[in-house]
Amino acid sequence: MSLTVYLDQVLSPRARLAVLGAGGFLVIALGFPLWEITMFAGQFPEGIRMWIYPYKLVGGNAGADLQGINILNHYIGMAEIRAQDFPEMKFIPFALGLFLLLGFRTAVFARVHQLVDLLVLFIYFGLFSLGVFYYRMYTFGHQLSPEAPIKVAPFTPPVFGHQHIANFDVYSYPGPATYLLGAYALLLGVVLVMEARRKAPAATPVYQVAAA
Amino acid sequence: MVLVSFNKEYPMFRGLVALTLAALAACAPETTPVAGSKEGTRLADARDAAQRTFVEPGKLDDYYLFYSGGHSGQVYVAGVPSMRHIATIPVFAPYPATGYGFDDESKKLLGGYTWGDVHHPALSKVKGDYDGRWLFVNDNANNRLARIDLRDFKTKQILGPIPNSSGNHGSAFVTENTEYALVASRFSIPVPRGSYAPLSKYATEYHGVLSGIRIDSATGTMAMGWQILTPPFNWDLAATGREISKDWAVWSSYNTERATGRLEVTASQKDRDYITFVNWRKAAAAAAAGKGRMIDGVRVLNPAEVPGMMYLVPLAKSPHGADFSPDGRYVVGGGKLAPYVTVYDFAKFLKAVESGATIGDEDGIPVLKYEDIRVAEVPVGLGPLHTQFDDQGYAYTSLFVESAIAKWKLGPFDGKDSALVVAKIPVHFSVGHLVTAHGDARHPQGKYLISMNKLSKGRHLNVGPSQPESSQLIDIAGAGMSMLYEAYTEPEPHFAQLVNADLLKPIEVYPKAENKDPNAIWAAADGKVTRKGNRVEVKLFSIRSYFSPGAIEAQQGDSVIIYVTNGEQERDMLHGFGIVGYNINLVMDPGETKTVRFKATKPGVWPFYCTNFCSAMHQEMQGYLLVKPQATAAEVARK
Repeated sequence: MSLTVYLDQVLSPRARLAVLGAGGFLVIALGFPLWEITMFAGQFPEGIRMWIYPYKLVGGNAGADLQGINILNHYIGMAEIRAQDFPEMKFIPFALGLFLLLGFRTAVFARVHQLVDLLVLFIYFGLFSLGVFYYRMYTFGHQLSPEAPIKVAPFTPPVFGHQHIANFDVYSYPGPATYLLGAYALLLGVVLVMEARRKAPAATPVYQVAAA
Repeated sequence: MVLVSFNKEYPMFRGLVALTLAALAACAPETTPVAGSKEGTRLADARDAAQRTFVEPGKLDDYYLFYSGGHSGQVYVAGVPSMRHIATIPVFAPYPATGYGFDDESKKLLGGYTWGDVHHPALSKVKGDYDGRWLFVNDNANNRLARIDLRDFKTKQILGPIPNSSGNHGSAFVTENTEYALVASRFSIPVPRGSYAPLSKYATEYHGVLSGIRIDSATGTMAMGWQILTPPFNWDLAATGREISKDWAVWSSYNTERATGRLEVTASQKDRDYITFVNWRKAAAAAAAGKGRMIDGVRVLNPAEVPGMMYLVPLAKSPHGADFSPDGRYVVGGGKLAPYVTVYDFAKFLKAVESGATIGDEDGIPVLKYEDIRVAEVPVGLGPLHTQFDDQGYAYTSLFVESAIAKWKLGPFDGKDSALVVAKIPVHFSVGHLVTAHGDARHPQGKYLISMNKLSKGRHLNVGPSQPESSQLIDIAGAGMSMLYEAYTEPEPHFAQLVNADLLKPIEVYPKAENKDPNAIWAAADGKVTRKGNRVEVKLFSIRSYFSPGAIEAQQGDSVIIYVTNGEQERDMLHGFGIVGYNINLVMDPGETKTVRFKATKPGVWPFYCTNFCSAMHQEMQGYLLVKPQATAAEVARK
C-alpha cells in the first residue's frame, strides 16, 4: 500500500468515533491548569502557588498567591505577571476550538490525511506553546528592572523540575490540562497506526462521489 | 559539714537532686519538688505534667482561653494547655499595637473613654452550648457591653453607657440561645443616672438595675431591651438557666442591708444576703406589653407590678458566685464569708413559687424560704467564690480565703453534704474565678481547669512591686486534681471562657471582595491627594514595601482625612501607618481600609512610616507629611 493510497484511505467507524471522542479531552483540558508553579521558603512552609490555565492565571490561597508572587518578584525587578499580557491565554483556547473543529471534520469526512493534518498541526501547536512558555520564563527572568532593590543575575525560572532561587525552592510541573493534551495527541497517533495496520480497500475519493 | 551548708545555701540544687532521684525511680509515684519554685509547689509527677502541657513548636493548643483583662479594658487570648498568651483583643482602651483607638471607627467605638473594666466574658450559645460566634464582655466602670466577633477577633460593637445602671458588674451572661445578654448594676444610684439624692436616702431613693440586652441572632447586634428597678442591693454575679430553668437567670447580691459608709462592716451585718431568681422571658413579655415606665429611653419594670417575674432567696452573706449546674437543675451559691456553698434545687424553687408561701418581701419582691429550696450546704472550705462544672458530674469551687480549689460531687443531695467533697488543691494565691472547659455550658468538657489567682506574691521573676496575677492550669480529668503549669498575666483576669479550638474558624485575611469601604484602593496608581478648600483628602495605598503616594502636602490648619488600604492578601502581612509628632498610629490588616481625620496644626515636615514590621524593605517603607506654615500677617500684606 503506497502512502498516497493510505492517506486517502477511509477511516474505520471505530477510528472516527475515537477522533470524535478525543475532542472531549480538549474540552476538559480547558477547565484545568496547563502548568503549576510552586514556591517554598522558610516563611512559606505551605508553599505559594500559581496555576497557568489555557485562558487564565490563578494564584493559590483563593487567588491571593498571584499577588504574593508579584510582590516578591518586584523586589528583584521582575515584571508583574498579569494574564492580560499573555496573548497565549487567548490563542490557546482559540486553537483548542480549532482542533475540535478539525477533529469533527476528520470524523465526518473520515480520511487518513485529515487525521494526519490534525495530528501534525496539533504537535506543532504543542511544541510552539512550550517554546513560548520557555521564552516567557526566560524573558521574565532576564528583563529585570535596573532599579530593582535587590540585584540578582538574570536567570530562567524552571520550566520543568526544581530550581533553588534565593531563599525559594521553585517547582514547575505540567498540570492536568497538559497531560490531557498529551493524551489527545497520543490517541490520534494510536488511531493512525491502527488504521495503517488495518487492511481496508481504498475507497472512491469522497469529493469525486460528491461531484458525480 | 560542707554538704549541709551546701544544702542550705542552694535549695535549688537540692531540688534538682531530688528531681534526678525521682527520675531514677522511673515510675514511682512520689511527689517531686519543682526546681526553681520558691514555695516548693509539689507536682505529682513533674515530668508527666511537663509532657501534658508541652505543645511542640509549630503545634496548636487544644483550647482557646479568653481571659478578661480587668481594668486593662482588654481581653487576653491564650492557648491551653500551653498557657501561652497569643493575642490581646483591645476592647475598652486604646491599644497602639493594633492601632485600636486611633482610627475613626475604633475611636467611635471607644466613645471618648480610654479605659474600661472587663470582668466576665460570655460566649454566644445555641441550646446552652457555645457556638463560637461572638464573645460578649462587660465594662464594670462605664456601664458598657461589647461584642467581639470571633471571625476576626475584633471588637465590633460597644453598647452603652447603659442608661440608669451604674457599675455593670453582673454581666455579661448570655441566655440559652443568645436571645439576651443579661447585665446588672453593682452600684446603686438615684435613677435616672444624673439625678441627685443624698446618701441618707440610700435605702429608698437609690436603686439597682437589672437589664436585658437584646441580641440579634443573625448579626449579633446588641440593643437595649428592658430593665428591672430593684432595691439598692449590690448585684454581683449571674448565671442563666437551661432546660427546666431556661427562662430564668440568677444573680447574687450583697449589701442587702442597704447600707452606706464602710461597706466591709455595714454590709456584713446580716447573716444572709439574697440570690434572686428572675424570669427574663416574663420580663421581656411585660416590657413588650407596655408595663412599667420609660426612664431615659428604656422601659423599666417595677417587680412589684409584675408578679412572678422576680424572687429573692436568702444566701450566705456576701456571696459572689451564682452558677447553674449544666442541666439547669441546681443553682450553686457561694458566700465569700461562709465555709460552704449552698445548693438550691430549681424544681423546689418552682414548687415554692407555686405554693405562694413567702417569708416576707423587699419592696414588693417576694422572699422565699431558704429551707424550702436549699438541698445542700456543701462544706467546700473557706471563702467559696465561683463554681464551674465538668462532664463527670463534679463541681469545682474556688476558695478565695483558703487559697484552694475544691472538687465536689453534684449530688446525690441526701443530707451527707460533707461526703460530697472529694478533693482539694492549693493554688498560689487567693483564687478569684476559675474556669473549666465549656464550664458554664450545657455540655462541659472537663479536662482542664484554670485557677485565676488574684495574688502571685513573687512566684515569678521579680519585676518590682507592681506584680502580675497568676493563672494555674490544673488537670481535672482524673478522680482528683493535679497542678500542671502556671502563667502570669497582666492585671487582671476575672472570669474567662475556655472553649474547644475546633469550634472557632477565624479568617486570616480580609478578602478584597468583602471590603465595602468606598475609599478602598487596590493599586498604587490609585493613591492620590485631593484638596477641596481647606480639606485634604488622601487615598493611601500600602503594600510591600511602600506607601503610594509617598508624600502628603497640606497647609497648616487644613483638615486632613486619610484612607489607608492594605493591599495585601497574604496572611500576617500587616502594615502600620504612624505619623511622627501627630499621635497617630494605624495598623491595617491585609485587605483592610482604615480612616483617620486630624487637623494639620503643626507646621513642618513630619515623616510617616510603616510601624508593623512587614518585609526586608520595611525600614524603607516611609513617606512625608509636609505641612506648609500659615502665612504670617506680614507675609500676607507683602503679597
